[in-house]
Amino acid sequence: MDIDNNLICVKNLVKTYKMGDMQVFALRNVTLNIEKGAFVAIMGPSGSGKSTFMNVIGCLDYPTSGEYYIDNENVFKLNKDRLAELRNKKIGFIFQSFNILARTSAIENVELPMLYNSGIDTKERKERAMAALKSVGLAERAFHMPNQLSGGQQQRVAIARSLVNNPLVIMADEPTGNLDTRSSYEIMEIFQNLNDKGITIVMVTHEMDIAQFARTNILFRDGKIVTNSVVVDRKIASEELKNLPVLDVNEIMT
Amino acid sequence: MKLLNLLKIAYRSLSKNKLRVLLTMLGIIIGVASVIAMLAIGQGSKENIQTSMASLGINSVMIYPGSTNQGGVRMGAGSYSTLTLKDVDAINSKCDFVTDVSPVVSKSSQVIAGNQNWHTNVVGGLNQYFKIRDLTVSVGSSFSATDEHTAAKVCVIGQTVSTNLFGENANPVGKFIRINSIPFKVIGLLAVKGQNTFGQDQDDIIIAPFSTVMKRMLSTLYLNSILASAKSENDIDNAKTQISTIIRIQHKLTHADQDDFTVRSQADIAKTFESISNVMTILLACIASISLLVGGIGIMNIMLVSVTERTREIGIRMAVGAKSRDVLFQFIIESIFISVLGGLIGIVLGILIAFLVSYFGKWPVVITGTSILLSFIFSSAVGIFFGWYPAKKASNLNPIDALRFE
Repeated sequence: MDIDNNLICVKNLVKTYKMGDMQVFALRNVTLNIEKGAFVAIMGPSGSGKSTFMNVIGCLDYPTSGEYYIDNENVFKLNKDRLAELRNKKIGFIFQSFNILARTSAIENVELPMLYNSGIDTKERKERAMAALKSVGLAERAFHMPNQLSGGQQQRVAIARSLVNNPLVIMADEPTGNLDTRSSYEIMEIFQNLNDKGITIVMVTHEMDIAQFARTNILFRDGKIVTNSVVVDRKIASEELKNLPVLDVNEIMT
Repeated sequence: MKLLNLLKIAYRSLSKNKLRVLLTMLGIIIGVASVIAMLAIGQGSKENIQTSMASLGINSVMIYPGSTNQGGVRMGAGSYSTLTLKDVDAINSKCDFVTDVSPVVSKSSQVIAGNQNWHTNVVGGLNQYFKIRDLTVSVGSSFSATDEHTAAKVCVIGQTVSTNLFGENANPVGKFIRINSIPFKVIGLLAVKGQNTFGQDQDDIIIAPFSTVMKRMLSTLYLNSILASAKSENDIDNAKTQISTIIRIQHKLTHADQDDFTVRSQADIAKTFESISNVMTILLACIASISLLVGGIGIMNIMLVSVTERTREIGIRMAVGAKSRDVLFQFIIESIFISVLGGLIGIVLGILIAFLVSYFGKWPVVITGTSILLSFIFSSAVGIFFGWYPAKKASNLNPIDALRFE
């Protein structure tokens, strides 16, 4: 396996679930390499195993069998604590349902990963959290609670949170699934900017137009990779945003 | 993972649920407060007994005539008069652990002064009686050796007697009273002593020279008791043995004979009362501890609910890099925080209750550092103990399962 140029190397990944007496295969022998700096969109119908794959390569879940290297580390040989450290320092997560802490201000949510990183003191933590919020355009909403933020803004808080520890890869599980078109495109704009800076992005989506923002598309079906293709007609989010009809002046202001 | 960060995390999540934290704390607050208040009340009653015992003369030793055995029929304590002045003389001359000795005779009598009368106990004793009983004469004087020799009809009266015969704040010194139709001149008024442990009014007493009561009122040769005082608190037991030995010789008792007298010290009585009040204190503390325990279970209950309710939050924390032990410590710190803060508030409340009890209940309370420390440590331990299980449960969660939890 060539692991030198690749950030993520997955080999023969199998994941089965037990449903009563039945054994359900979520992943059947998935093998995949993702290079540093890639922007991959994983697509597929419900139950195709794309979310399971995401959770496994995100070090949130263990597979039934297989090998997995991230940044030259053999993930399945690591204990729970090392895995937590890996999630903290090398991976940034973004979820469909945002998963930011309720009744906790935006900046405190962004600070969260750094609280579990002992190398960062209070001053640096606050500065970096603010910088991350600024980079997603939410600096002036830093002290707002999640219920005072729109869905798009909440997702941007989640992106800021995923960025603060300078991860190698951002894993996004249907990041635009709960968002309107404009917000979705704004998220894609952020992703493309990050990707241009060299951050690898792996994103699960079932929306074709969203997948068009990635560099490569991978199609899952029945726990297997069906196609792995380079996006031919790649869309640029900043341009798409300009083409969107203006509905309300206030909407652009956010 | 820095401790400071853990504290910050715990503080942030607690501050989001202030009302719930307060209600959980209430169990601990009540528990600790009741432990402190109960111990203070128990300790107060103990010290109350000790001081009132001291007021009876802490070194004093009492010798009572004992039971007699008449042809196998035992007559019970005090049924036979065995103590005489010869015993007093023997103790006086032969006991080196004893400093003062006084024979005691007493008679319950009707006392008349002017148009008032009162029923009280008339005690006959030597001048040493005052010293042994730790009595002081506040107005006038006690009787002299001459009074004793001549069986003078003089007496020293207690405050209660004075009030009942002469009215409030009257000076009885120099006035005459009649005890069993015999006129006595009041030469002194005792300083107020109040009630003793048994609830007896120590000011309801008339003390007259021993010879006067013995000869003029009782016409007897036997004593009601002998009162002696040991040299020091440490010599009480020695004095007791010595007195026993001497009186046994005096009474010509053989080895087969039982004592025909009883020697008791004030310290013995004090010890008995102390052990009773100790039992009471422990009992009160036990009851209070139960409420502390219930408070602890309250913490566990809330923490368990909290873990379930915050499963998603735990999942998020784990997804961004929290280790199992970070989650474990977060929840333990939360429960320790609740119990420690509850403990501190409980201590303040307990002290307040103790003071209110002493103020309104006229009951002496003593708050000891030990009781504060003990209940504080106990409440913190309750926090760790009852916080452990929910925290462990939270930390054992799988990140993906926690995130999927609805």
